[in-house]
Amino acid sequence: MASRILELEGVRKSYNVGTPIEVEVLHGIDLALAAGEFAALIGPSGSGKSTLLHLIGLLERPTAGRILIAGKEVDHLDEAAMTELRGRTLGFVFQFHHLLPEFTALENVMMPTLIERGRYDGAMRARAQWLLGRVGLGDALAKKPAALSGGMQQRVAIARALAVNPPMVLADEPTGNLDSHTADEIFGLMREINREVGTAFLIVTHDARLAGRCDRRIELMDGSIWA
Amino acid sequence: MPFEWVLALRFLREGRMQTALIIAGTTVGVAVIIFITALMNSLQASLAERTLSTQSHITVRAPDEAPLPVLDRQRAAVASHVEPRVQRLRSIDQWQRVFRELPSIPHVVAVSAIATGSGFAYRGNASKSIALIGVEPERYSRIVKIEDKIRTGAYRIGPGEAMIGIDLARDLGAAVGDRIRILSSEGRDDVFRITATFDLGVRDLNRRWVIMPLRSAQTLLDLPGGVTHIDLTVDDIFAAEAVAQQITARTGLTAESWMAVNSQLMAAFKNQTMTTRTVRLFLVLIVALGIASVLVVSVVQKQREIGILRAIGASPGRIKKVFLIQGGIVGSAGAAMGSGLATLMVWGASYALRQDDGSALITGQIEFSYYLAASAVAVLTGLLAAVAPARQAARMDPVEAIRYG
Repeated sequence: MASRILELEGVRKSYNVGTPIEVEVLHGIDLALAAGEFAALIGPSGSGKSTLLHLIGLLERPTAGRILIAGKEVDHLDEAAMTELRGRTLGFVFQFHHLLPEFTALENVMMPTLIERGRYDGAMRARAQWLLGRVGLGDALAKKPAALSGGMQQRVAIARALAVNPPMVLADEPTGNLDSHTADEIFGLMREINREVGTAFLIVTHDARLAGRCDRRIELMDGSIWA
Repeated sequence: MPFEWVLALRFLREGRMQTALIIAGTTVGVAVIIFITALMNSLQASLAERTLSTQSHITVRAPDEAPLPVLDRQRAAVASHVEPRVQRLRSIDQWQRVFRELPSIPHVVAVSAIATGSGFAYRGNASKSIALIGVEPERYSRIVKIEDKIRTGAYRIGPGEAMIGIDLARDLGAAVGDRIRILSSEGRDDVFRITATFDLGVRDLNRRWVIMPLRSAQTLLDLPGGVTHIDLTVDDIFAAEAVAQQITARTGLTAESWMAVNSQLMAAFKNQTMTTRTVRLFLVLIVALGIASVLVVSVVQKQREIGILRAIGASPGRIKKVFLIQGGIVGSAGAAMGSGLATLMVWGASYALRQDDGSALITGQIEFSYYLAASAVAVLTGLLAAVAPARQAARMDPVEAIRYG
C-alpha cells in the first residue's frame, strides 16, 4: 500500500467539555487515507462529518486520540505550527466557495502561496495562471468572485486549494449548492486532478451518486465510522 | 509587498465609504489640532509682541534698599514693626561693569542703559507731570522700536533735544521744533527742543514719556555718570524669566522679566494653553474612537474572510498585523491630508482674521514641528485604536467563520 497521507487513531471530539451540556460528537474514529486516494465522506446531517473534516483540517483539536498528517503527529503542535502545516499540506474547498471578495480570481488563487512566501513573485503568478487555465478559467483571471457564477467560483476555489501543490485536499460539500450538471463538472475536475497530479481528496458530500464515483466511501453515522 | 500590506490595503480600498469617512474624520481631527495650536501660538506671540513693543524684555535695576536690623535676631525674640525704607532715586552700583558682562549671558541680544525719574514739563501756563527717560538712542532703539512709532518729526535726540508722547504734546500744545522746559524731581531744570512725537499705543505712556539723551537725564536727575536701569532684549521672549533669574544670581541686582511684570497676561496664556491642550486631547480621543469603531465593524464584516485566511495558512499574528496596518494607514493618511488641510486653514485664517488695526491676527506660517507632532500622534492613535479590533480578529475561530456560509 502506498504511504499514508492521513491517519486517525481513536479520535474523539466533545463540545462544551465540563459543562452539563457536554456532548460527544465523534466517538473514537480510526481512519487512514493513502496518498493519492480519492475518498468520499458521507453520512446524514449531524453525523459529525464537518467536525471530522475540521479536525483533519487542523481547524479544531480533538478531545482525545491521535492525528497524523503526512506521518507527522499534530497533537503537540502549537497554533503557529498547526497553521504552517495546514498551509503547506492541506488545500480546502468549502461549500460556499469562500473566496475573498476583495480579490480577483488570480489573486485568490495566489493567496495561499502569498501567505506562505510573504510576498508576490513571478513563479506564484505563473502557477496561479496555469491552475486557473487548468480549471477552465484562463480568461477570467481578473474577475472578482461576485462576477463569477457559482460553478466558476468553485473552480477558483479548487485552483486555490491546489496553489501550494498540497498532498491532500479537503472538500466540504463542494457541490452542495450547485445544480447537478455543474456539480458533475466540478466533481469531474477534482477527479481529473487527482489522476493527473496524485493529490489525495477527502470529499464530504450528501450526494450518494457522486460518492459512488469515488475510490472509497467512508460512512459516518452518529459519530462512528460504519464502512 | 508583504502579504499583510496587500490585505490591509485591499480591505481599505474595498471598504470605500467606511475608509473614506474614517480618513476624513482623522484628517479633520489632525487639521484642527494643527490649526488650533498654530492659532494659539500665533495669538500669544502677537499679544506678547504688542505688549513688548513698549517694554524691555528684561529690566535690571539696583536692588530695593531694605531696612537694616540693629538688633541681633539670633539672640532674642523681638516684637517689632518694620517700617519699609524709602526708595531713593539712585544709580546701579558700578553699572558699567554689569553692562559689559550682560551681553555674554545666553539669549541676551541687546542691552541699553537708562536713567529715568519723574519731573514736570512746562510750556507757557501748562505744566504736566512726566517721566524722564534718558537713553542712548542707537542702543535704545534695539529695546523699544520708538522709530516705528514716530508720528511727527524724526527719531533723533542730540544734546538739548527730546522726543515726547503725542498726548503730552497735545496737553502742552507743543509741536516738533517747539521748546519745553523740564523740571526734574531733583529740582534741576533745562530747556529741550522737541524733535519728534511718538505714539506707543498706550495713553498713559503717551501722556508722560519724554525721551532725552542719557547725559541730559543724568544731569537733571543728579546722577552724574549713573543709570537707574539697564534694559535687555533676548532672542526668545519666553526665555526671559529664566534669563532674568540668571542675571540676578550673577550680579545680585534685581532683574525683572516682562513675564513677571505682566503676570496677568502670563496667567491668561497659561489658561489658553491648558484649554488648547484639553481640546487637543479630546480630538485625539474622538479620532481614536472613530478609527476603532470602523475597524471593529470591519472585523465583524470580514469574519468569513478571516476564517478563510486562517484556513489557508495565515496565523493569528499575521491577521492581527493586517488590522494594525489598517489603523496605521488610516492614521498616516489622516496625518498627511490633515497637514494639508491645516495649511489651507491657517493660510485662510491669516487673511480672514484681522485685528482692529487691520493687521493679520495670525501669520500664515506653521512651524514644521507641529506637522511632525500631529502626524506622529495620528499614526500612533491609528495603531493604538487598531489594537482591540486586531486582537478580536486574531481570536476569531476559523471554524465558526467557515461553518455558516
